[in-house]
Amino acid sequence: MNNILVIAPILLQLFAGTILLFFWTKTQIQKVLSILFSFLSLGLGIWLFLLTWKDGIQFTHAGNWAAPFGISFVADLLSATLVLIASISGLAVSIFSVGTMREERLKFGFFPIMHFLLMGLSGAFLAGDMFNLYVWFEVVIISSFVLLTLGSTKSQLEGAIKYVSLNLLASSLFLIGIGFVYGLTGSLNFADVAVKLSAISNRGIINVTAGIFLVSFGIKSAIFPMYFWLPASYHTPPPAVSAIFGGLLTKLGVYALVRTFTLMFGGDEFLGIMLSIIAALTILSGGLGALLQKNLSKAFGYLIICHIGFMVAGLGMFTEVAILGTVFYLFHDIIVKTNLFMVAGLVLKINGTQDISKLGGMYKSYPLISILLSIPLFSLVGIPPLSGFWPKIFLIQGGLASEDYFLIAFIVLGSFLTLWVVAKIWAEVFWKNAENLPVKASGLYFNQMSKANQSMVIIPIIFLSIVSLYIGFAAENIYVLSEKIAADLMNPQNYIETILGIKTILP
Amino acid sequence: MKSLLFKTASDYLLPLLLLFSVFMLLRGHYEPGGGFVGGLMAAIAFLIHSFAHGLKETRNIIRINPGMLMPIGLLLTLLAGIAPWLIGQPFLTGLWFEEPFRFVGVVGTALLFDIGVYLVVIGATLTIMFSITETV
Amino acid sequence: MEILLIIIIGLLHAGGLYMLLRRSMFKIIIGLILLGNGANLLIFLLGRLVKGHPPVLPDGAKIFAEIYADPLPQAVILTAIVIGFGLQSFAIILIKTVFKVLETDDLDELNSTDEEI
Repeated sequence: MNNILVIAPILLQLFAGTILLFFWTKTQIQKVLSILFSFLSLGLGIWLFLLTWKDGIQFTHAGNWAAPFGISFVADLLSATLVLIASISGLAVSIFSVGTMREERLKFGFFPIMHFLLMGLSGAFLAGDMFNLYVWFEVVIISSFVLLTLGSTKSQLEGAIKYVSLNLLASSLFLIGIGFVYGLTGSLNFADVAVKLSAISNRGIINVTAGIFLVSFGIKSAIFPMYFWLPASYHTPPPAVSAIFGGLLTKLGVYALVRTFTLMFGGDEFLGIMLSIIAALTILSGGLGALLQKNLSKAFGYLIICHIGFMVAGLGMFTEVAILGTVFYLFHDIIVKTNLFMVAGLVLKINGTQDISKLGGMYKSYPLISILLSIPLFSLVGIPPLSGFWPKIFLIQGGLASEDYFLIAFIVLGSFLTLWVVAKIWAEVFWKNAENLPVKASGLYFNQMSKANQSMVIIPIIFLSIVSLYIGFAAENIYVLSEKIAADLMNPQNYIETILGIKTILP
Repeated sequence: MKSLLFKTASDYLLPLLLLFSVFMLLRGHYEPGGGFVGGLMAAIAFLIHSFAHGLKETRNIIRINPGMLMPIGLLLTLLAGIAPWLIGQPFLTGLWFEEPFRFVGVVGTALLFDIGVYLVVIGATLTIMFSITETV
Repeated sequence: MEILLIIIIGLLHAGGLYMLLRRSMFKIIIGLILLGNGANLLIFLLGRLVKGHPPVLPDGAKIFAEIYADPLPQAVILTAIVIGFGLQSFAIILIKTVFKVLETDDLDELNSTDEEI
């Protein structure tokens, strides 16, 4: 259905970023405005989601140029849900950064750039055109560069070099892939490309194109051979920045993979095998890497990689149930990973270090907070009623249906590795006896913060824990939603017809 | 750079280049030119001035912080983008006045958009260049 | 013309990849710039070359009478160049800051975030 307001979530974030730029040095005003705009964007996200749920795909053609000639913005159920979840995460991070970010870092424009990052994310989710997706990717990465280097400490700069150069390489590859697709089809609109690619008989050249996209999105989502930049950089920035990176940035790569590999390159046997192998190795290397780490944030960084593997595994199996699992896992993972890095930030604020071997006694000194922190940690593992459990069931079910026993084995192994890592963290950080940690003079500790700031740190963690409890306990709602999304992704007929406005027959 | 020739030349070049950049901006919609090229040209004019007279002098003649031009420009582009919403048209649809204005030509939302781009490009380029110069 | 462009694109990609594999930070940025230029030329080439027919309507005409160049690759390349300009200038400022803080250009010495477990 044509709806000119589909791009409102993007424009609201643009407006928020622009207004905040005017208050470059007035951080108090920035804090208030940022939270306000985040609430507004949550409202818009809910509105767009409900509209898409009731009336089906919403789209608009910018500049009134009909598809496939103009740029389309499309909100199908997957995009709308992701926009909603991104705005939930955005709100949590916005509140969390009010509590934890240091004043001198806020003066370098943390809030405006965070809103530009969120604009890029909503834009990428709503883009209905390949080049438009590229532009939003660039908006996201350039904002993330600035956020990553904010404060310019030594480790941040070292991490940033790796992050920046690999992401620039990924962008170049994305551009090359776009060139190939344009050469093959003469179009860049997702729907139009899908129709025209399916008519090309030379599958070899399409697989090469798909391979380029796989490498490009693979670098961004940190899949197996291309993940080294993530553990080198994600633990270096302040916790609020890590939270938004860990929750949303790699998932953007996964979204792009899901979108292109269902709509355009779907169902190819060679690509399926390729994705399965990559998924298995991603799970393995992420899980084993996390076991080895002694730094809390770094361990969580490896867990991100491990769980990206689950989502890619679903894409590799390519059955409706498996895609359902992937989509479900995507929703759960964004919320939980954002929360997890905030947890790591809170642990850092309380103890002044993130070294697992030195930490200890959190349960004794902060019992209530510890119980709260157990929710995201054990949702991540997927202890049955919590949110990580359900998507894995569907992934395994999908694997059983397509007889991918090899992948099932790796998914189970990955879950065990996650359990092992989380159990280790729980035992070391919360149960072990506390050591006397050296008190750093420069750091602001949790118990030195004002009551208002303390609640600003706790509230977003509670908020996201409630969301992930909802995903766990009301799984039937998310199941219905994911099932509908998976059905739409596997049968893109409706998507294509709605965007192009014509009847087309896919082979 | 301490060169009298360059200094004198830059004094004359600055207004000429700025005028030319506005010309580029205005002819932009149907002919080669536009906000991006115009903005780059204006930024280059200020850069040449800063090479000849030093950064401080150039900051004095610009008066406002060039970084501030970015949000102003972004607001203008946003305005140009959402103006068609008022009459129920999609984002960025071009709206035009029927009659062309004297000197300026046909005026529409595309011109507003271009002016926004012009300001953003000046702001961004000058911010980048000034910060590179300052940290040398 | 196509052959010439193909050779140039190949050279740009080869040079870009070679530079990417060097150990110096500065050379990596040069490699990325070369690679970006190669990608832009690739889009230009794959959008089909048409000689001497710009996609601009002559005065008074309503439609194109003959074959004309596809304007879309040009728009795409222009956008990509602008984006590349922003990213590359950020990267250059970044390596300058890194060089000032760490006083090295050698990537082998930038591994403290990996080594501390």
